[in-house]
Amino acid sequence: MHPAFSVIFLTTLIGAGQGLFFALFASQSYAMVHVLPAHDGGFYAGGAFIALLFMLGGLAAAVFHLGKPSYMFTRAWRGMSQWRTSWLSRELIAMPLVMALFFAYIVVQYFGIDADLYGWGLPGQLSLTVGIAAAVASLGLFLSTAMIYAAIKFLQEWASPLTVVNFFLLGTASGFTLATAYAASQGAADLVPFYGAWAVALTVAGFLTRAASLIRNARIKRKSTVQTAIGVRHTRVEQKSMGMMGGSYNTREYFHGRTAAFLRAVKWIFLVLAFPVPVLLLWAGLATGDGGVLLLAFAVQYLGLLFERWFFFAQANHPQNLYYQVVG
Amino acid sequence: MTQLALVIDLNVCVGCHACVTSCKQWNTSGAAGPMFDDNPYGRDPTGTFFNRVQTFEVGEFPCTETVHFPKSCLHCEDAPCVPVCPTGASYKRKEDGIVLVDYDKCIGCKYCSWACPYGARELDEHQKVMKKCTLCVDRIYDETIPEDRRKPACVISCPTSARLFGDVHDPDSEVSIAIRENGGYQLMPEWGTKPANHYLPRRKTKMHIHEDELTRADNPLRKEDIRHETSRETTLDDWLM
Ligand code: SF4
Ligand code: SF4
Repeated sequence: MHPAFSVIFLTTLIGAGQGLFFALFASQSYAMVHVLPAHDGGFYAGGAFIALLFMLGGLAAAVFHLGKPSYMFTRAWRGMSQWRTSWLSRELIAMPLVMALFFAYIVVQYFGIDADLYGWGLPGQLSLTVGIAAAVASLGLFLSTAMIYAAIKFLQEWASPLTVVNFFLLGTASGFTLATAYAASQGAADLVPFYGAWAVALTVAGFLTRAASLIRNARIKRKSTVQTAIGVRHTRVEQKSMGMMGGSYNTREYFHGRTAAFLRAVKWIFLVLAFPVPVLLLWAGLATGDGGVLLLAFAVQYLGLLFERWFFFAQANHPQNLYYQVVG
Repeated sequence: MTQLALVIDLNVCVGCHACVTSCKQWNTSGAAGPMFDDNPYGRDPTGTFFNRVQTFEVGEFPCTETVHFPKSCLHCEDAPCVPVCPTGASYKRKEDGIVLVDYDKCIGCKYCSWACPYGARELDEHQKVMKKCTLCVDRIYDETIPEDRRKPACVISCPTSARLFGDVHDPDSEVSIAIRENGGYQLMPEWGTKPANHYLPRRKTKMHIHEDELTRADNPLRKEDIRHETSRETTLDDWLM
């Protein structure tokens, strides 16, 4: 497939934003049961605000994926109507829902709004409730985003549960790395090891599952062949003409247009930038407590994930390509 | 239930592209607005087409065969492109099984085109909405057109009548009979899309001649001299046996 930058930015930005929120919310709930030190609402609100900015960035990228950006205002609302069958529609519902809940969480945390909802006599029950709702919606968003790709069964590189696992792990890994840098920048040194350890764990887990999908994809057995495409049973069927000379949507949308060597290079770049380098930088940052190094860890990991997403799209081989082999 | 479809006879198609041009002509002139065309007479002409004729070569020289292969939306009975559409712009009509895009609802997200294994959908790069074959839905029901011409433009224009049009759910329709009796098949059956359009395979008319048919075992010239004794009751058989 032809990797579109709108979707590359959309999926990576919202992944990091949601991961950051998970990190903040996890530490808040741990603090409520006194496993982690508590912080004031401003800390959580600030972090969630950054998460919201990432979501808005993703939304802005998504606008450029539409046929015309104006469709965002004139037609996109209809995109929520087919949630019964379409994962894309489910994503279009989950995304504003997650953003609204993030916003509610920011408001509740920033203004310290609270209520003794469950009669525990503890502070933070309202923000906990809003946070749980946001986390559940966010899981739904992760699932819908990944299922958009995993649900197309004939895009065999994508049609695997690994796609969902990878979207989740890579998103949360980058989000926890960002949370580590955020905590360091806010002087919340007592949270840095918690976020940092999870960031490393998620990055390692993400490396394992992404490697698993690379191995899986390297040995895919194609179900469609040129024989099934035109229905002629002969071991040697060769296209002589695709019916046009100047190219069309079919030749632009479904081919990445790069060499195999370029693809391999991108694969190694993301394997290095998204996993080992950030882990090393996280380790260095945790050891020295240097917030700048932690921020660098996030920047490198995010860059690596951009390459990862580019590769994710480019690697997928659409069966329609069987009809577009030769210009002739 | 009705399922309108095309049946394309690969045995007859000569690859003339008449269906391609007539399709473009009809569909670019309709109420839905033009199908874009960039550099139509320039170096890299490109544009939206609902139908293409491709060419494949089967076998290895000198035993090769050329197959001209027209390809358009197959109006799948279990169309994977429809449920994925977030806006409901893509839909399959209950009354006749035609898969259509409502250009006024489409947001140009391209998801349906990813979900079509045949590459039958094209985003119109000027209107920014998804387009595909409509089976000339604005023609086949038009009562101002003489009844025998209420068929898709490609079917009417085909000089060799390689394209048949009809209801594949009616067992007695021309298309159903053609599929049944001439080995009609579907493309990429492995994905369970159940394309309504079918293709008829190349068919060979062959004569089988056996060795012993080349030399006549019962050559009358050789039999000429074999005579039975004639009797007084001569019958015709005496001369033939
Ligand atoms: S050929 Fe493609 S566009 Fe047409 S109905 Fe089937 S899946 Fe949909
Ligand atoms: S491009 Fe249009 S028709 Fe296709 S899935 Fe998107 S909104 Fe639906």
